[in-house]
Amino acid sequence: MSPFIIIALREFTTRVKNKTFLIMSILGPIGIGALIVIPALLSSGDEDPKKLLVVDNSYLLVGTETISEHSFQYLNPEEFDEKSAISAVREKEIYDGLLFLPPSVNGDPDFILRNTRLYSKGDIGIDLTRDIERRLGKLATEEKLKINGVDPSIVKNSTTVVNIKNLNLTENGSEASSLVLKMAIGFGASFFIYMFVFLYAAQIMRGVIEEKTSRIIEVIITSVKPTQLLLGKIIGIAGVGLLQFLILITFSTVIYYIAGSLLLESDITQITPAQISSAGGLKNGENQGVINQIIEGMNSLDIPSLIGFFIFYFLGGYLLYGALFAAVGSAVDAEADTQQFMIPLTIPLLITLMLSTPMMQEPNGNLAIWLSLIPFSSPLAMMVRLPFGGVQTWEIVLSMLLLIIGFLGTTWISAKIYRVGILTYGKKASYKDLYKWLRRK
Amino acid sequence: MNAIQSFGIDKQYENHVALHPLDLTIPEGSVFGLLGPNGAGKTTLLRIINQIISPDNGSVSFYGQNIRSSDSRHIGYLPEERGLYKKMKVGEQSMYLAQLKGLSRNEARKRLHWWFKKWELETWWDKKVEELSKGMAQKVQFITTVLHEPKLLIFDEPFSGLDPVNAALIRDEMLRIRKEGATIVLSTHRMESVEELCSHIALLNHGEKILDGTVNEIRESHRNGNFRLLYRSNEPITLSLPDQVEMSQNLRDFNKGICIAEIQSIKLNSSEIISALAHQVDTIRFEEIIPSMNDIFIKSVKK
Repeated sequence: MSPFIIIALREFTTRVKNKTFLIMSILGPIGIGALIVIPALLSSGDEDPKKLLVVDNSYLLVGTETISEHSFQYLNPEEFDEKSAISAVREKEIYDGLLFLPPSVNGDPDFILRNTRLYSKGDIGIDLTRDIERRLGKLATEEKLKINGVDPSIVKNSTTVVNIKNLNLTENGSEASSLVLKMAIGFGASFFIYMFVFLYAAQIMRGVIEEKTSRIIEVIITSVKPTQLLLGKIIGIAGVGLLQFLILITFSTVIYYIAGSLLLESDITQITPAQISSAGGLKNGENQGVINQIIEGMNSLDIPSLIGFFIFYFLGGYLLYGALFAAVGSAVDAEADTQQFMIPLTIPLLITLMLSTPMMQEPNGNLAIWLSLIPFSSPLAMMVRLPFGGVQTWEIVLSMLLLIIGFLGTTWISAKIYRVGILTYGKKASYKDLYKWLRRK
Repeated sequence: MNAIQSFGIDKQYENHVALHPLDLTIPEGSVFGLLGPNGAGKTTLLRIINQIISPDNGSVSFYGQNIRSSDSRHIGYLPEERGLYKKMKVGEQSMYLAQLKGLSRNEARKRLHWWFKKWELETWWDKKVEELSKGMAQKVQFITTVLHEPKLLIFDEPFSGLDPVNAALIRDEMLRIRKEGATIVLSTHRMESVEELCSHIALLNHGEKILDGTVNEIRESHRNGNFRLLYRSNEPITLSLPDQVEMSQNLRDFNKGICIAEIQSIKLNSSEIISALAHQVDTIRFEEIIPSMNDIFIKSVKK
């Protein structure tokens, strides 16, 4: 077996066997799954029906007996003030709380709403509060319209919900587009690459520092060339990153499907927008358009090739930055000394991440095109652009080519710094030193 | 044949010369002591031999051939600054280093078990390196250095941090390995181990070789005609000396009833001196004072 493979295998197995990897691999997908499932669970509304006492001095709620499944019991405002109503709620077990509306001043509905109080025994639930707020808001609006001499029914009839359907013109005709989804995928993918690149590039750096401080490096380079050690380390850790990514994808998908089928009691792949909106506890039609868009948008995107590009740009970015991080690791004696070299390495990706919003506004504009060609930013920029479509083939080919040239270049430079750096102790290296090492024969 | 021969190798860094052009011959089968104060260029030389760095000029031959990177499989190097992966298990770690030297997994395991059994390290196979004592870690490092049975072994301060028992253990192994035909280079400050082990030495100072040869040659060449005579007497006795012989001192020893005379003579040898002096006193011992490697080291470096 070539030493290069032995080294890569060691880097891979020691990290995969590590507890941190195990925890990350399990907690990561659970976290992502939880992000998907918990909001759905929360909004699915399995709360107990609550019984509220109401003291309505303003007679705003008159005629409202229930909100959702919660029921109201009115007290005569002439017999009960706020204090006595509170003690009434305290005395009677069956009531969960008290809704108190003060008398109106000059018939101003806003004054009433500002001073409305909801007292409760224990947790009353955010949904009920929202429902009451929504109902009161609607009633107050009607009151205001009436004060201004407008018939609320005219307003109701003329209210319109608009959901424009975006269609992309493609070679095969037109297909549904979903801007929100594309933005989410573009930003999500580039953010993921950003995290993964730094997570694993930093692991290379830490590995180099560990070898240097423990002095095992002195033993190893008698058997293998420093470049072999460097490449073996980079490739081995790349394997860890890929494995982690695959576990994340697989686990998340599985959790998503299991949770989805438990929650919806049906196969999520065959779900219709109407099912989601009813099961997800969405009570009105305004969200339906978005969900429609997501489902149609998912179908319009080429997910497998996006995953393919993601893996390429993740690996490319990782190799480019990983090599530089290794050089930094070789130049210092402890992680605390890395700061001065890290800043110029983190800034290009950070700026690209911050520029993702303007890029999304114009995915095929000059800024986006240039950033997706420059190897230091292309891993993020291209992932922002790709979901929107319209990226020319030559742009993709050139971007990939430049990224490959880029990481070969940084690896070459880093190897030169690395082979000197690993044998240099004590003295704190400066940029000038790195340049000298680079030129050393 | 020579295990290592260097021809005019030198190495210069940005602001200092680490090694001046150096010709050095390390004969096959020798135990070669590489001596010199800190910063003399020993580590640079060893790194060049190990092809960790390349010389600015000159060349190195290994058993008569220009040295190639594949020769590293026939060299075992225990650097002065040595370490192990702290979080790795001892066995795993040893297997890893052995495989990097080109041993197959099976062969590596077989040889490691033999060594671990021999030095009673077996129970440590699955322990983490950070649990090892310094001496034990040294033993593991020694094993991984010699495991691939190299033709040339280079030890940089192999005894540092070892107790006398373990130091002797390692010294005996070195001698055994040498008997089996390997050449050993020993870089050390411990002069007593040089005298005990080395057949040849080279002394470096400020990147230059200031002395080399066999240990006997060097000690012979540093003879300066000093002799010591121990005799029984309560008070120093005035001795009548032959021509060209001088008394440097004649004192009572701390031991009661014994006196020591130190005598200097360039021309006469020990048997000529003893025959002139023996009948004058009750002689206990007469010897020539041959300078120790330690004396030679200090004297040569200070020159």
